[in-house]
Amino acid sequence: MPAVAGISTLRRGEAGRAGDDIRSDLHVSFEERASGGIEIGLRSRVELYYGEVIRRQVCDVLCTLGVEHALIGIMDEGALPFVIAARIEAGVRRAGLAQGKSALPEAVTLAAPSLRDRLRRSRLYLPGNEPKYFINAGLHGPDAVILDLEDSVHYAEKDAARLLVRNALRAVDFGTAERMVRINQLPLGLADLEEIVPQSPDVILIPKVEAAAQISDVVGAVDSITQRVGVTRPIWLMPILESALGIENAFAIATASGRIAAITLGLEDYTADLGVAKTAGGSESLYARQRVVNAAHAAHVQAIDSVYGDVVDTDGLLHWGEASCAMGFEGMGCIHPVQIEIIHRAFAPAPNELEKAQAIVAAFEEAQARGLAVVSLGSKMIDAPVVQRAVKLVARARKMGIIADQASAGDPS
Amino acid sequence: MSAGVASGLVTNAAGRRVPTHVNGREQAPYQGVNQHTPLGNKAGPPIRSSSEYPTNGDKRLPDLETALRLCGLRDGTTISSHHHLRNGDRVALTALQTAARMGAKELVWFPSASFPCHEPVIDLMKSGAVHHIEGSMNGPLGDYCSHGHMRGLGVLRSHGGRWQAVQDGEVHIDIAVIAAPTADFFGNADGSHGRSACGSLGFALADSVYADRVIVVTDNLVPFPCIPWQIQGNNVDYVVEVDSIGDPSLIVSGTTQITRSPDRLRISELVARFLRDSGIMRDGFSFQAGAGGIALAFVDYLAGMMKQANVRASFVRGGSTKYLVDLLNEGLIGYILDGQTFDLDAVHSIASNARHVATSPFTSYNFHGKGNFASMVDAAVLGATEVDVNFNANVVTHSDGRLLHGIGGWQNCLFAGCTILAVPSFRDRIPVIVDEVTTVTGPGELIDVVATERGIAINPRRQDLLDAVKGKGLPIRSIEELQAEVEKICGGKPAKPRLLDRPVAVVKWVDGTVLDTVWQVVDDNPYAPKVSGGE
Repeated sequence: MPAVAGISTLRRGEAGRAGDDIRSDLHVSFEERASGGIEIGLRSRVELYYGEVIRRQVCDVLCTLGVEHALIGIMDEGALPFVIAARIEAGVRRAGLAQGKSALPEAVTLAAPSLRDRLRRSRLYLPGNEPKYFINAGLHGPDAVILDLEDSVHYAEKDAARLLVRNALRAVDFGTAERMVRINQLPLGLADLEEIVPQSPDVILIPKVEAAAQISDVVGAVDSITQRVGVTRPIWLMPILESALGIENAFAIATASGRIAAITLGLEDYTADLGVAKTAGGSESLYARQRVVNAAHAAHVQAIDSVYGDVVDTDGLLHWGEASCAMGFEGMGCIHPVQIEIIHRAFAPAPNELEKAQAIVAAFEEAQARGLAVVSLGSKMIDAPVVQRAVKLVARARKMGIIADQASAGDPS
Repeated sequence: MSAGVASGLVTNAAGRRVPTHVNGREQAPYQGVNQHTPLGNKAGPPIRSSSEYPTNGDKRLPDLETALRLCGLRDGTTISSHHHLRNGDRVALTALQTAARMGAKELVWFPSASFPCHEPVIDLMKSGAVHHIEGSMNGPLGDYCSHGHMRGLGVLRSHGGRWQAVQDGEVHIDIAVIAAPTADFFGNADGSHGRSACGSLGFALADSVYADRVIVVTDNLVPFPCIPWQIQGNNVDYVVEVDSIGDPSLIVSGTTQITRSPDRLRISELVARFLRDSGIMRDGFSFQAGAGGIALAFVDYLAGMMKQANVRASFVRGGSTKYLVDLLNEGLIGYILDGQTFDLDAVHSIASNARHVATSPFTSYNFHGKGNFASMVDAAVLGATEVDVNFNANVVTHSDGRLLHGIGGWQNCLFAGCTILAVPSFRDRIPVIVDEVTTVTGPGELIDVVATERGIAINPRRQDLLDAVKGKGLPIRSIEELQAEVEKICGGKPAKPRLLDRPVAVVKWVDGTVLDTVWQVVDDNPYAPKVSGGE
């Protein structure tokens, strides 16, 4: 917005939230001024402990964003530094300033890069504009956290959430959890990718995918950003199929790119598309789920189930998860940390099943060692597919930590 | 503040500066755990003769004013009350306001705890009717005291310490006003029945035994005998019937809810796993429970583990709730030794189940007795506002120095076989693990474990516990490591708020010595977290 010569058009921007019921967030009101440097009005719950630290941070962030003269009012509800930086940047950007500049928080050391076929039993949804849930999310032991920029973020807050998620990807230690981000549908999702991709998310979830072409658009953007900024860690994709058309195109979507590690489905939107109610039993989505499982296996990617919406009904979740595992899914989403452990239990092989599989694997390895083509266990001959399934099961149990790496039969390494 | 209120600061065995005189009375500074044993006899009320009381046993008077007058109300009288009616209490305030209306000045209020509903006592302090409060202060009363407006010095005691102070003669109660959910005309009284039922009346027991004069106030007068009678009419001077002693909805909660906070649930689960994996959870063990978020949730996790291991607890000490009552009914615990009854299910249980027993601070907590239950409990799970790297903990003040909570039974419970502080590692960017606590409420040598969402720190003094949980898969970390991690998250060490060099209250240890001083706060932080009610 070019200023008309001679007329002062001092720009303003606000971001974030404050109030009695808000925790770990802040409200920023930013107002550009012509001269006089930076003037900070700070009211904080933690004023006595971190007042000076916050004032210093405000100056540092504004300096990084190239702002020299401004009035900035902050109402802080105990926000952590990465949140403060994101909200100030959002306020400044909403004022139309700091284009092309970012105030990135200090980065934490990341866990090892994600493997394409790593365990993805549970992914914990974190609303992208709710910073209070971020800092402890990894402590609950999910296989992945998913910072959501899509449905849980109001349209008017997309820009601010994007910066918050970007900062969280850098500054929050999510432990061994895989760092996932659900972007918005394109084209809005392209702006998400610009901020997110340079911070090396492990997986990007793409919502409402109906055709392979949508994947190509995302892949093109991810490729060009990673090359431009030099991201070396792998970034996997997980398309979400949420419509009848998407389900029909499941295989084409699952094979659209080598970056795809898994496909999943969204049952709220899917049932809405069908115009039917989403029931606890889920018979209305049985076909869609089976279709996703089949397409995923055909494409050699993981099939991941939707979420179970009733947090209180832990028995229902366990049953759903067990059925889901039996169908061929490898994991599902969580909307509350209490669901994580239950889902892990649901997707764990039953002890007797695992014991049998271990015996089969041992018999197979013994047959290999003795040069026998036929594997037998006791008096029974074991078919090749049975061996294959047992090998997969044992490998999976090992990843889950249910059986120790060392103790696994026949593992020469 | 008059010069004689607090004087002669000395440094005690905890390294804290404490006054040698409080409200004109000489004090012993804290000398260490189990280091101070006073000599002498217990205090006693005057001898009374039954010939002075009605032979038909009817001690009723028309109103509280008459009762206070007949009890000899005068300037400087110490009036006591109990807090079993919690934030629903109408009796304590009415008694003080009535005394003020009668023209009494310089009263000392000696509650077993105060609640936000007692805020109008500030007006009585401003008018001069009440001189000061000896008891826990929080909410508006805590702020009033923290800012140095109270004329006398606040004296904070544990539940057991309050009994000790009364029994040892440190505090002399002139008139005890006992709100009773059920009573008869002779003064027998109980808390387990009536529309204002609150369960146990244990906090009023010392007052009934040691006060010069005792008034029972009830809204449920029953024909003699009131059975059961936790308060004995033989200690009671007068009975006053009123329309209502309190708001039942604020006395007990309908149903106690377990927290849904993921972080609190994680801490609770870690605590339960610690108890299981350390071997403390074994057949016949005992533990302390409460009604706080974590205290409730850890019991829920522990119960699941007890069932799985086929283990039964011999007794549970503490605040009772529906969750504890369910365990009692399922046979997972042998007895509830109840100090405070928190919800309706627990009130019904204490009234009907012989294994759910009302106790008092004398049996459970009093340090100057021939033993007490607190040290016989295998594990106590407690909260704290701050804990330092030497495991000293604070439960009475917020990090900014304002009075936040009473001590409750907290200090007494520290004598359990294993004391666990279950706390978040930071709240609203304020680290809970600090270099030095604002107010020492419990010495670190009695605090064995600090369980946070980021890991469990075991006091190095407890090598046995460190050994017991080795290799069990629990996130055991040093307290310094936890502190460093949280400071990194919060953006460095928090600055220490400046406090004025002027005492506003003292914290007593369970033996009556002065453990620490609460100093006047400089100014208010209007955006500080809201202070909570409760003891």
